[in-house]
Amino acid sequence: MTEPTSEKLGIILDRHRRDGTRLMQILRETQEALGWLSPPTLTAIAQGIGWPRAKVEGTAGFYSFFHTRPMGEYRVLWSDNITDRMLGSLDLMQAMCQKLWLEPGRVSEDGLVSVDTTSCTGMCDQGPAVLVNYRAIPRMTLARVEQMVELIRTRTPLAEWPQAWFVVEDNIRRADILLGNDMLPGDALKVCLARGADQPTMETASNERSFREAIHTGDAGPGATLDEIKRSGLRGRGGAGFTTGLKWEACRNARGDSRYVICNADEGEPGTFKDRVLLTRQPNLVFEGMTVAAYAIGASKGYLYLRGEYRYLLEPLESVLATRRRAGLLGRNMLGTPGFDFDIEIHLGAGAYICGEESALIESLEGKRGVPRNRPPYPVTNGFLNQPTVVNNVETFAAAALVALNGGDWYRRIGTPRSAGTKILSISGDCERPGLYEYPFGVTVRQVLADCGAHDSQAVQISGPSGICIGPDEFDRRIAFEDIPTAGAFMIFDMRRDIFDVVRNFIHFFAHESCGFCTPCRVGTTLLKNLMDKIAAGHGTRYDINEIYNLNRVLQSAAHCGLGHTAGNPLVHTLEKFRPAYERRLTSLEFEPAFDLDAALSEARQMTGRDDAAAHLATEPEASR
Amino acid sequence: MSEQTFTLDGQEIPFATGQSVMQAALSAGVFIPHLCYHPEFRPHGSCKLCTVKINGRPATSCTTPAAAGLEVESDTQEILDKRRTLLQMLLVEGNHFCPSCEKSGHCKLQALGYELGVMTPHFNHFYPDRPVDASHPDVLLDFNRCILCELCIRASAEVDGKNVFALAGRGIGKHLIVNAESGKLGDTDFALTDKAAQVCPVGVILAKRQGFAVPIGQRRFDAAPISAHVDEFRPVAPQAGGKP
Repeated sequence: MTEPTSEKLGIILDRHRRDGTRLMQILRETQEALGWLSPPTLTAIAQGIGWPRAKVEGTAGFYSFFHTRPMGEYRVLWSDNITDRMLGSLDLMQAMCQKLWLEPGRVSEDGLVSVDTTSCTGMCDQGPAVLVNYRAIPRMTLARVEQMVELIRTRTPLAEWPQAWFVVEDNIRRADILLGNDMLPGDALKVCLARGADQPTMETASNERSFREAIHTGDAGPGATLDEIKRSGLRGRGGAGFTTGLKWEACRNARGDSRYVICNADEGEPGTFKDRVLLTRQPNLVFEGMTVAAYAIGASKGYLYLRGEYRYLLEPLESVLATRRRAGLLGRNMLGTPGFDFDIEIHLGAGAYICGEESALIESLEGKRGVPRNRPPYPVTNGFLNQPTVVNNVETFAAAALVALNGGDWYRRIGTPRSAGTKILSISGDCERPGLYEYPFGVTVRQVLADCGAHDSQAVQISGPSGICIGPDEFDRRIAFEDIPTAGAFMIFDMRRDIFDVVRNFIHFFAHESCGFCTPCRVGTTLLKNLMDKIAAGHGTRYDINEIYNLNRVLQSAAHCGLGHTAGNPLVHTLEKFRPAYERRLTSLEFEPAFDLDAALSEARQMTGRDDAAAHLATEPEASR
Repeated sequence: MSEQTFTLDGQEIPFATGQSVMQAALSAGVFIPHLCYHPEFRPHGSCKLCTVKINGRPATSCTTPAAAGLEVESDTQEILDKRRTLLQMLLVEGNHFCPSCEKSGHCKLQALGYELGVMTPHFNHFYPDRPVDASHPDVLLDFNRCILCELCIRASAEVDGKNVFALAGRGIGKHLIVNAESGKLGDTDFALTDKAAQVCPVGVILAKRQGFAVPIGQRRFDAAPISAHVDEFRPVAPQAGGKP
């Protein structure tokens, strides 16, 4: 390792206090500084943080955005969600590769550039999108491809590329209480503190812990805030829908030395991009919600786990945090209240869908491979650094801030009796106005389709590949926990689309994103992918369809986490609802022999001069296909 | 303490507080197929061979705490079918050629194949490219047979205190690596006497110059099927309340 290199590394290590739990950030910053993570670099990092080298290499090798091999000065990654493909991403990528004399996935001979695909980058409403050195560029066109190739060839630094390319649109089409919110920073916290005004403060409580915890639950203090959250009926917006108030209460009541609040902004579900916009337009609402949670459970440290694809949001969010610190809304003795201490740190992911699973996210936050933990115990009792931890989605925290401000009863009146509040839908695919639509719970799919200008819709994939696929006969179903629960992805496919291509794209995604911990998911997702490729190549039979069902059963019952449980969902849902999309690809519905007996008889027919029906082995009429 | 019981395929199984379903079953002499579980280590739950149904819901018996009154199903057609599929997945994922493998007859993967009646690999082989590592003077690493149970990783970290092994990659690309910049076992402080050298359930970690010391036909699982070895898998000591 050269001297300037080790000097750069030393600065990065020192900045992170040579703390192994900060390994992800150390690896990212090192890669940004040095281009890639070479074997000597990994050795030096391992020595710097005092970890076994193999463990550091194991973390580096887990995440798509870390490279332990050089990947070129310019790394172009094409978002490979089905919505990007529908907007022409594959042709554009091919054009780019041709102009650069490159094969996808390979680095150019001169080490200048590599081009490849990556999982959905969350720009579905403005695709096709790319990441260039992990900076997002939406709305790619052939003209942009040509310009970009030229900029790469001339080694123009990214900072000198057209700034308009990097503009990410918010596309808010329908705003409600969250997206249309104009709360001033600190307002919700002031209401929280006012609720506890007549309660003991630091002067009367013997220490900070008792200040936070002595009031178990009641009409004042942190307990009062918790009660409002419980009264609101707020449920998690990440997809699982766990009751937020119960989660916070369990964390508050768990034994621990310290407590943590984690905001899950690892928005990896293909077709979802609402958190990106919330963090762009309403970062204060999200941070305020995290601070409300900290107040309610007695935490003094919070993390925002931001997906690596949203790297461009890091500096703007850091500056919002700095403003909040200056305003006394973060830091020590917030709003002049002794003992009310809380601060938030942003942790950037590095391209691993599985880190959206809360226990995998915590592992990643600790510098490890993002592998879901065995549960129980759950994060509320044994989370970050084995301490009680609340992990909630971005949208959940934003809603919690509004609940703290306006009260639980106000919130509960919005939506349906069993699904309180609003839901932000990320709409993409075949419609006139893709973007964000915030509705009170209970809206029908048909209404949403009408609002976004979707015509001739054949199917809607709700909640991403792991969600459900519905056809026109189900468009009167409602977005609500009691009917169609969703984290917000809403991808529309009109009659021109081939549902088989959609599903094949999804299973490729799951195979790529499986963490590999358990046998059924590690091997099973690849087997499913291979089966779909076989059918796509025209070699499929009904036997392969049965195999899909069998593998799905094994995944559902034996996989370690939700990724494996749901990986087969898009296949079996569409097999039930869109079976012709599969069957028209099958060579035979029954059995396809490798050997064609009738063709083998052609020589005999020629010799005998016969070509009548009795000289053929047509056992079944053609119509039975 | 042993007053508490649950049922396993209708049979009453006593258990001590803190035991998993797997530990209680093995203590009672009832075999549940497993690969990543080892009596001397904390449960891991990755191979999924020990998946059972507990009160009607699938769960890994090695990570589920035993509780009074549980109804556990293990030896049912449905569960056995799934276990066979899992074994077949492992067989096609790596490169397993039993007739030429030094571990044949001592191999848990092979023994479970016989136990559960796996007659074919069923799926197409993946034939991954996994070069062997013969750099260590006393030990050969044949990654072709690795089933990623992580027992060597755990043994090296927790017993030997050496951290010789770790995992890299993700998904189907996940693989075992060695703690050296060269990636070679010869450049680590690994020793044949390490616990990590003793725990591999398949034929990855092999002692050099000791090939076929016991003739095939007279080996551990040649003599009796793996389920008859249940005594060897009994929990070794009362499990202290370690981290799960």
